[in-house]
Amino acid sequence: MPRKRDVAAMEEVGIEIDGDVSDSDDDVAKRKGNRRQAAGRGGARARGRGKPPASEDEDDEDEDKAPRGRRGANKRQPAKKRGGGDDDEDESEDEAPKRKRGGAANKKKGGKAQDSDEENSDVGKGKNGKKGGGKKGGKEEPDTKGKKGDTKGKDKGKDNDKKKKKKGDSSSDSNSDSDEEEESMSEGEMAQLMEQVEEKKKLIATIRNKPWRMKRRLTLLKEAQEFVDKFEGALGKGKGRKWYAYKVMMTKKWIKFQRDFENFKTACIPWESRIKEVESHFGSSVASYFIFLRWMYGMNLVLFGFTFGLVVIPEVLMGLPYGSIPRKTVPRPEQANAMDYSVLMDFNGYCKYSVLFYGYYNDQRTIGLLKFRLPLSYLMVGIGTFGYSLMVVIRTMAKNADVGGGDGDEGEFTFAWKMFTSWDYLIGNAETADNKYASITTSFKESIVDEQENQKDENIHLRRFLRVLANFLITCSLGGSGYLIYFVVKRSQEFANRDDLSWYEKNELEIIMSLLGLVCPPLFETIAELEDYHPRIALKWQLGRIFALFLGNLYTFLFALFDEVNSKLEEEESIKNASMWALKEYYANYSRMLNDSEATPPPMDPSDVIRGPCWETAVGIEFVKLTVSDIQVSYLTILIGDFARAVIVRFLNYCWCWDLEAGFPSYGEFDISGNVLGLVFNQGMIWMGAFYAPGLVGINVLRLLSSMYYQCWAVMATNVPHERVFKASKSNNFYMGLLLLILFLSLLPVVYTIMTLPPSFDCGPFSGKAKMFDVIMETIDLDLPAFMGTLFSYAANPGLIIPAVLLMVLAIYYLNSVSEAYKNSNMELKKKMQMARDEEKNRRNNANSTNQVMQDLEDLLPNKSLIPAAPPPEPEKRPEQETKAAKVKPGSAGKGVNLERDVSLASSNPNARGPVNRPPGPRGPGPGPGRGRGRGPPSR
Amino acid sequence: MDYTNDPECKIPPALIVNMPELKENPFRNRIVESFSEDGQGNLSFNEFVDMFSVLSETAPRELKAIYAFKIYDYNVDNYLCKEDLEKTLNKLTKEELTPEEVELVCEKTIEEADLDGDNKLSFADFENMITRAPDFLSTFHIRI
Repeated sequence: MPRKRDVAAMEEVGIEIDGDVSDSDDDVAKRKGNRRQAAGRGGARARGRGKPPASEDEDDEDEDKAPRGRRGANKRQPAKKRGGGDDDEDESEDEAPKRKRGGAANKKKGGKAQDSDEENSDVGKGKNGKKGGGKKGGKEEPDTKGKKGDTKGKDKGKDNDKKKKKKGDSSSDSNSDSDEEEESMSEGEMAQLMEQVEEKKKLIATIRNKPWRMKRRLTLLKEAQEFVDKFEGALGKGKGRKWYAYKVMMTKKWIKFQRDFENFKTACIPWESRIKEVESHFGSSVASYFIFLRWMYGMNLVLFGFTFGLVVIPEVLMGLPYGSIPRKTVPRPEQANAMDYSVLMDFNGYCKYSVLFYGYYNDQRTIGLLKFRLPLSYLMVGIGTFGYSLMVVIRTMAKNADVGGGDGDEGEFTFAWKMFTSWDYLIGNAETADNKYASITTSFKESIVDEQENQKDENIHLRRFLRVLANFLITCSLGGSGYLIYFVVKRSQEFANRDDLSWYEKNELEIIMSLLGLVCPPLFETIAELEDYHPRIALKWQLGRIFALFLGNLYTFLFALFDEVNSKLEEEESIKNASMWALKEYYANYSRMLNDSEATPPPMDPSDVIRGPCWETAVGIEFVKLTVSDIQVSYLTILIGDFARAVIVRFLNYCWCWDLEAGFPSYGEFDISGNVLGLVFNQGMIWMGAFYAPGLVGINVLRLLSSMYYQCWAVMATNVPHERVFKASKSNNFYMGLLLLILFLSLLPVVYTIMTLPPSFDCGPFSGKAKMFDVIMETIDLDLPAFMGTLFSYAANPGLIIPAVLLMVLAIYYLNSVSEAYKNSNMELKKKMQMARDEEKNRRNNANSTNQVMQDLEDLLPNKSLIPAAPPPEPEKRPEQETKAAKVKPGSAGKGVNLERDVSLASSNPNARGPVNRPPGPRGPGPGPGRGRGRGPPSR
Repeated sequence: MDYTNDPECKIPPALIVNMPELKENPFRNRIVESFSEDGQGNLSFNEFVDMFSVLSETAPRELKAIYAFKIYDYNVDNYLCKEDLEKTLNKLTKEELTPEEVELVCEKTIEEADLDGDNKLSFADFENMITRAPDFLSTFHIRI
């Protein structure tokens, strides 16, 4: 350090300090900077100060005048004297000029101190600055010791000097100052200690996350714990321990609770384990059927709840009992064999006159004490069934589409994830493990099928030709069967008018239909082989084609039904007239004979009353019969087609001339398309029939419930997995789409009948009304306030309805285009992600892969010689360093502490220290942290 | 076993592998081996604790990934090469896939996960792949 320059600049230094003292806030920061420089680099300060532009120097000098004068006045003050004396002692080792300078400086400082008496805030800041300087000095000591003994001495001198001067300040101020200083010192030390303790604590907390062997972990843990124990107590931070333990315990409890809750939720999903078992052996495609079945069960359960809760139960509890009125009584001619099994199985007899069917319900406006409006409730439930089903189906479809959109990433790591994450390490049960092996194998096979499909590349033109050909053939056969059905229906209408029919002619329609159902699906499947689609897509095609075929079924059924209804309506008209006439006669006679105009019902047993055919009940019976026969057929098919076949193949194989299991009959495969379509059409029957037979929903619930168990058993016991196990599409949306179509198709006839056909005059909740929906009008007129009626009439105005429809169409259009836009942006994002992935791949190709984790990994390699693993390089050294640092610091606490304070000050007021970072000349070697940091902010 | 007198004693793998927690695991031998210091599966108490610490529910993903990598690394060369994958696959499926299928799956796996193009999976590849796996955390743990 250039001493001479120091000396030369001595005067300036003094001036400057004085200027500082008298200065306002800005200069405080400057002073602080000066202090630090003074302490840290001795001469550098003078030099740095010597260079400020002239203008500033002048300012300093201008400002200097007053303080200097004051200083002169204060010269004799004891404080200053003491300061001066101390200084002299300290600097006795110094050269003469220096001592002089030091003395001068000290004198000036004394003055400054007194000045600062007047500005307490300034004093505090000055103190901070000093502390910073002191600390830096301490830090640099080791570096500069050898070469710059003098500098060191001076530093020390300055430090002591400053401190003593502080103490020598006016009484009140000095007391508070020194107190503050001590406190802040220990504070800083504490801060650092705490930092370390925190670090150790963090290490303790995360030690289980480190990929080290237990031995190493133990030693490190011990070290860290010792350290924490040692210093935590000193810092008075031990009290958090209990709280911490409590917190840990609660976290564990919470995790356990979450797990249990999760398990509980899984346990609440019905048949989950059953379906999983099927899935593990037969693949997700078969499981998708069962999931669909479960979904249907859930939906039907809700429908069942509505129908029974709002219609059937109120009628049973609050309505008139059986036998009280004609519609609730079996007619006398039928009573003899109304309980016969065959009659009951045809849903005649007592069944027909029970709550199961439409006809049983009374047309009383309100029933029971609660004034329950049964007819209204009946209509509402009938319509609500459709509303709810539509809503649920569409919502599920939307949700599934969401899921389907989310798995776009799946292609990335299909096999790798299957390979490395599919085994569940929790499995400890042999049976579960077997299932898991099966499911893993199945899922691998599924993925392999997909992959092979991707890799397949053959003659694209041939394949296209074959596909067109196959579609042509299937269209032909569909058209053919459609015409056949049409033809047969026509014929059956002709036959209906004749009596001399053979057995075949009577049952022609049914025979043709079931023959078609038997022949066509396998035919389609055979043709579909030509197309060579992926099995998942092939399944969809198959479903669609058979669906089209079965629509013919539906069409004929409805056709026959409407014929029947029309004839019943005619019949009813005549009976109605007849009974009206009889009633009128009766009333006429009654009032003539008794002169009593009050209408008392004729004293007739309810079972003898003439009654109409009640077409609603007839339709309901048709649907119930159809459903029941459908159940019987499908269960018998399983029993014979799968179970008996499996038994024969299994046991006759011992004494047969060829291998039955591998050869011709073999075991059956699970027929996904047939089962799904069976389910869908069955549901269509339920929707159509539920209005006329409220009990049908209950029957269907029973059917689905038993079907779940029965088919699960059957598939596990008698079927073999498909040859090419394929993955079902994630969303069941194709099934849902079919369901939606059927729902729509079954909605039409029901709504048609409700809106147009007159209800029977003597049975059902709407008897006596011209139309079924009149019940709503009635309610509006009678039960709601008058203005509601007018409101409804306004709402029914075409002038309002047409704009509403228009608005909805517009909304649909808008939403549609929005979804299109989203889809596009989605695609864009996907593309970008793909690009990012490729980029990453390229980057990785070039990057060096050695890092800490790799080293740890090497470290974990089995050590044959059993030598304890070498201490890992980085993570262990750092703690040690810190302990060392921590041990050193207590000694040099006073200096070490102030770093933070300084830094915080520096950053809080960076611009004030502009002059400090003037381009420096030769400078002290120790680049103290303070300097580095101090220089940062002003440079901007 | 007299643990109090001889704290350094080791349990042979044959015993550990028959724990109910590991008995059904197709990788049980590999698990024990990768946690043992000698690579033979003889576990000291510390290593035993280590094993269940890593396999516990609360262990972090990175740690689990490291040990999963070690478990699947049959030939202990810090790379998952094709033989490792084949062994893993055969353990997983009880050798029910045909050799062609095994070949295809292994190739696809490496193709998917190999980022640096060396035809084997380094730990970086493995980690990159496993950190994105949705059910790695839920399947790679044992409850005692």
